[in-house]
Amino acid sequence: MDTIFTRGPSLNNRLALAIVLSAILIFVDHKLDGFKSTRVYLNSLVSPLQYLANLPSVLLSESADRLTSHQALLDENEELSSEVLVMREKLQRFDSLVEENNRLRNLLNVPVREALRRQAAELMAVDKNPFSQQVLINKGALDGVYLSQPVIDDQGIVGQVMEVGTTNSRVLLVADVTHAIPVRSLRNDIRFIATGSGSLNEMYLEHVPHSVDIEVGDVLVSSGLGEVFPQGYPVATVKSVTRDESRPFAQVSVTPMAKLDRLNHLLLLWLAGEGQDEILDANASEEE
Amino acid sequence: MISKRHYAIILSILASLVLQIMPLPMQVDLYRPDWILVVLAYWAMALPHRVNVGVAFLSGLAMDILLGTTLGIHSLGLSISIYILAANYQRLRNYSVWQQAIIIGLLSSFYHLITFWVQHLLTDIYFQVDYLLPVVTSMAIWPWVFWMLRKIRRQLSIN
Repeated sequence: MDTIFTRGPSLNNRLALAIVLSAILIFVDHKLDGFKSTRVYLNSLVSPLQYLANLPSVLLSESADRLTSHQALLDENEELSSEVLVMREKLQRFDSLVEENNRLRNLLNVPVREALRRQAAELMAVDKNPFSQQVLINKGALDGVYLSQPVIDDQGIVGQVMEVGTTNSRVLLVADVTHAIPVRSLRNDIRFIATGSGSLNEMYLEHVPHSVDIEVGDVLVSSGLGEVFPQGYPVATVKSVTRDESRPFAQVSVTPMAKLDRLNHLLLLWLAGEGQDEILDANASEEE
Repeated sequence: MISKRHYAIILSILASLVLQIMPLPMQVDLYRPDWILVVLAYWAMALPHRVNVGVAFLSGLAMDILLGTTLGIHSLGLSISIYILAANYQRLRNYSVWQQAIIIGLLSSFYHLITFWVQHLLTDIYFQVDYLLPVVTSMAIWPWVFWMLRKIRRQLSIN
């Protein structure tokens, strides 16, 4: 039974120990980034819980799949075939443009841009943490995912991989407060830095002088300067520009292109020379 | 030392972790109760010599890994909240379930404030009243969790 000898340290000492340990963990993890490599194992350790938590939604969507009517499937099929037709037409033009671009680049002695290796991933979970915008995807180190790998959806850049687990990884969205991405305006190539606001449908441009030529509706694409994101992918559109002369910089708020609040199918991109050693042969068939 | 019966404690904590990370629609998600805090609170009140600061610290660490927050934030919040509970368990046991629910509400808001403060120090986030919505639902689920876990504890006679 509970005698005084089996009790161990007193409650106060336990609390002191817990507080000191937490403080050390916070310091080491946040300031020194000391758990980068350990996090992979920690994440793999708790991934059964994540799969378990994901089970109800998987079951629900599966049963919904089974219950869709024949008519709905036919409708969807028709819609998709017409979409494919439109895409094919665009692709024909695109192919010839790529050819032309490569030829012109060769003429100018500029290295030809290589196609990126990519792989589709699916959303596993969205974090409930209100202070941080992250999602979990179903590809991990086994699929060759590497740290700070760019992730896009069909509309634009979604974010970058912040933690890699064995079979899943965590993606930091561009709208997170701690995230910033170098962009350029498609209209006039002016470079900016877009930082997240913490809310999914808003980002800000940092340090924009009042005199800069930027207008509502301008499209911002990644500039590729940070060497994290490949250049040329759409990031955001300018929502509002406030030029208040009493402030040092103009306030520019932009809307992310990617539908961050309804992500489902995502695309992982492999930059040239990144994560090559981890790529398994099993994925070769999925390469494009 | 750990007999078979004590697996019930571990299982209930694991179940609360799963409930804590289960994906929910955005609107419902705001109201997600602090399952882990409520379950730990029950065990800390019923068996303070089994479940106290140490278990709270470990479950907080698991929360940090699951939620992808900086390690140590949730473990700090949970350890302090459970310490308050474990230090006063004799008094709290004598309260009615409804009075206990109010205590749980206070603890839960304290827990959310601690995690907010620490994260506010680390990143520049600002307070929104939304962050305290789980307090209401945690108070609402307390009586049911209390009755269910008490039933489990009595049937398996865990002590």
